[in-house]
Amino acid sequence: MSTVTTVVLAGVGGQGTILAGDVLAKVAVAEGFDVKLSEVHGMAQRGGSVDTIVRFGEEVFAPVIDLGVAEHLIAFELLEAARKIPYLAPGGRLVVNTRTIQPLPVLTGVFPPPVGLVPALEYEGAIFLDAEALACEAGSPRSANIVLMGAASVGLPFSAETWRSVIERRVPAKTVEANLRAFELGREACEGGACSS
Amino acid sequence: MSRTLTSGNEAVARGAWEAGVAVGVGYPGTPSTEVLENLVRYEGVRCEWAPNEKVAAEVAAGASMAGKRALVTMKHVGLNVAADPLYTQAYAGVRGGLVYLVADDPGMHSSQNEQDTRNHAAAAKVPLLEPSDSDEARRFTRVAFEISEKHDIPVIVRTTTRISHGKSLTAAEDPETLVTRSYVKEPDKWVMIPGHARARRRLLDGRLAGLAAYANDCDLNRMELRDPSLGIVCSGVVYQYVREALPEASVLKLGMPYPFPSDLVLDFNSRVERVAVIEELDPYLTSRVKALGVELVEHGLPSIGELSPRMIAEAFGETPLDQREAFNDLPPRPPLLCPGCPHRGVFWALDRMKAVVTGDIGCYTLGALPPLQAMDSCICMGASVGMAHGMEIAAGTDRPLVAVIGDSTFAHSGITGLLHMVYNGGHGTVVVLDNRTTAMTGHQGNPVSGRTIAGDPAPELDLEALGVALGAATVRVVDPQDLEATLAVLREETAAEHVSVVAAKAPCALLIGPTELRYAVDDELCSKCGACVRLGCPAISKEPSGIASIDVSVCVGCGQCVQVCRYDAIAETGPACDIGGGAS
Ligand SMILES: Cc1ncc(C[n+]2csc(CCOP(=O)(O)OP(=O)(O)O)c2C)c(N)n1
Repeated sequence: MSTVTTVVLAGVGGQGTILAGDVLAKVAVAEGFDVKLSEVHGMAQRGGSVDTIVRFGEEVFAPVIDLGVAEHLIAFELLEAARKIPYLAPGGRLVVNTRTIQPLPVLTGVFPPPVGLVPALEYEGAIFLDAEALACEAGSPRSANIVLMGAASVGLPFSAETWRSVIERRVPAKTVEANLRAFELGREACEGGACSS
Repeated sequence: MSRTLTSGNEAVARGAWEAGVAVGVGYPGTPSTEVLENLVRYEGVRCEWAPNEKVAAEVAAGASMAGKRALVTMKHVGLNVAADPLYTQAYAGVRGGLVYLVADDPGMHSSQNEQDTRNHAAAAKVPLLEPSDSDEARRFTRVAFEISEKHDIPVIVRTTTRISHGKSLTAAEDPETLVTRSYVKEPDKWVMIPGHARARRRLLDGRLAGLAAYANDCDLNRMELRDPSLGIVCSGVVYQYVREALPEASVLKLGMPYPFPSDLVLDFNSRVERVAVIEELDPYLTSRVKALGVELVEHGLPSIGELSPRMIAEAFGETPLDQREAFNDLPPRPPLLCPGCPHRGVFWALDRMKAVVTGDIGCYTLGALPPLQAMDSCICMGASVGMAHGMEIAAGTDRPLVAVIGDSTFAHSGITGLLHMVYNGGHGTVVVLDNRTTAMTGHQGNPVSGRTIAGDPAPELDLEALGVALGAATVRVVDPQDLEATLAVLREETAAEHVSVVAAKAPCALLIGPTELRYAVDDELCSKCGACVRLGCPAISKEPSGIASIDVSVCVGCGQCVQVCRYDAIAETGPACDIGGGAS
């Protein structure tokens, strides 16, 4: 059937989903795939829900996806994982950063904080990791997006070599080492299928 | 040929450069902004941000009259502002190729409406090209310049969000070597007085007939014959959705939907058994295909928002996919004013004053959302000033009345509103939120901030001198990070019976980055009054106990919360453990 693989990166504006999506897409290109990527800039980037969609395969047409289509959902935040779950195909791979960024309606007490997300996502088959903690360990708290790419890479058909060379070229020169470590830590955390949390 | 992953916006810039464009000019607007930001990186192209789209179109018109190729960029609503030059430019035509890049936003990801630029093209009588991916964005832009010069007419290249901000593999070609054109005096072509315009109007029909003939056999419009039982007419990104959803269907892909290629559509109709038109937004193609007497398959797809492959597949009979159930009762995540945003100080004050606030478009429109909710209108850029005056003369209010407008928006179209207010004896208060940048669209320079698109310093518009020159009785400058001072000035000026301008001047929090300070709430002193929580700062939350709490990893140390706490419960704390320097 479809030879196209769809990855959704879901997060909060400002979390670095755009850079992560660009790295992922470039890795797929380097491995010889046709690739389409789509994301939304502008108002949503001010702390709203955002997603980047990367699709690769022999020939990719649509840059967007529908509910139930994605083989991979990489969630940069717990609540966004829950929000985007309907995009994930049955049997798809779900990687979830355990970080929560409470939205304003929760912070101001208008909306009750969501409860029970972790067990509910576990039921959906989530593998969890604390990307911020691993990013700190790697030497740069802002490399959490690359930690998550490390975690995503375990389920994707690309060589670690390609990932590393794309990361080297794509992140600011001063942060190459921290980001490469971040990638390794994310990858290690998920090797063997289950992430440590 | 090597192909690289390129966004539609980067590709349009590349195509313009390949076409030998000499001048690029525009006004920012999602999703069009990155076209010019990429074009400025090419050597030999003069790029400029204009204060608004009308000026941009006029600058480009001048460049064209001088014989050079010019690109003008804007989002869909920008074309309303630039419609005046465009509609008459169609009569006058061009000398150097003149291309408008107009980016539509189906689904309103970052826009106040969803208008469809294809209607503008037909109404203005200018050809419109519509690419379906990044490589077409590059090639079509290149071809648009050729069409423009060959047919003596401005050409619109229309993209949509998924094309502008979508990335796909794109080729690169060498730039063209252009035959140099220069200015020649041609008053009957460029001076559109009625006598000349009447002649040019008739000539325009001739040019459109030539363009229609071109549309019928150019390779921008392409017939893909597969299974003859169903033929789909489509354009733009919808072509990709159709290919994915209905891979066997025959397709007529219209890369040039205006002038409408009627003969080609009739030919297609004769080769397939049934025809359906699939398009996003208005029934532009649908109405034209129907007018040819073609009977269309009804599919019930909406004319609001974006389409998708599954929507199309299911409209043509596929069973819906198995889906995971959505989680119920998740809190929404609306966009918000950043921690440390200087706009917050002004909205805090307006909320305290219970002011009626006519608003405008920019990051500060987020001041309309809870908890501050200190904005009552947002219609189009510049509207805040005229609307405040209109309210005042129609009925007044028993509450203070304030117009709030960003610096870029004020330069765009707020100045004329202020002039109106003064000229007609109003008493309005106009707050210009001067955060030293055009923040919403990604921090472009503007005439108030005094920085060009190339990053070079430029003369800064002197808001105080301008206010005085326009006839405002007072022009006050406040620091919106000083909440009480801002409140005091706003109280005085709204009470006064004269026109006043209040320039709230403090740089965007994202421009200056976090300070060294971080704050924390002392649980003992916190009275649970919620004053700090009502600032709507994403670093501050209300614990279940009612006590406030500050997340140091989000706090940037602006100190706004310290100012609103009457119990001295918020004090400096240690710096966040941010080691800094990552990828973003
Ligand atoms: C006619 C038109 N052109 C462009 C836009 C896109 N746009 C919305 S707000 C904005 C600029 C906002 O800048 P500013 O007024 O300085 O406010 P800030 O975002 O910095 O708070 C732009 C370019 C639009 N909505 N309408």
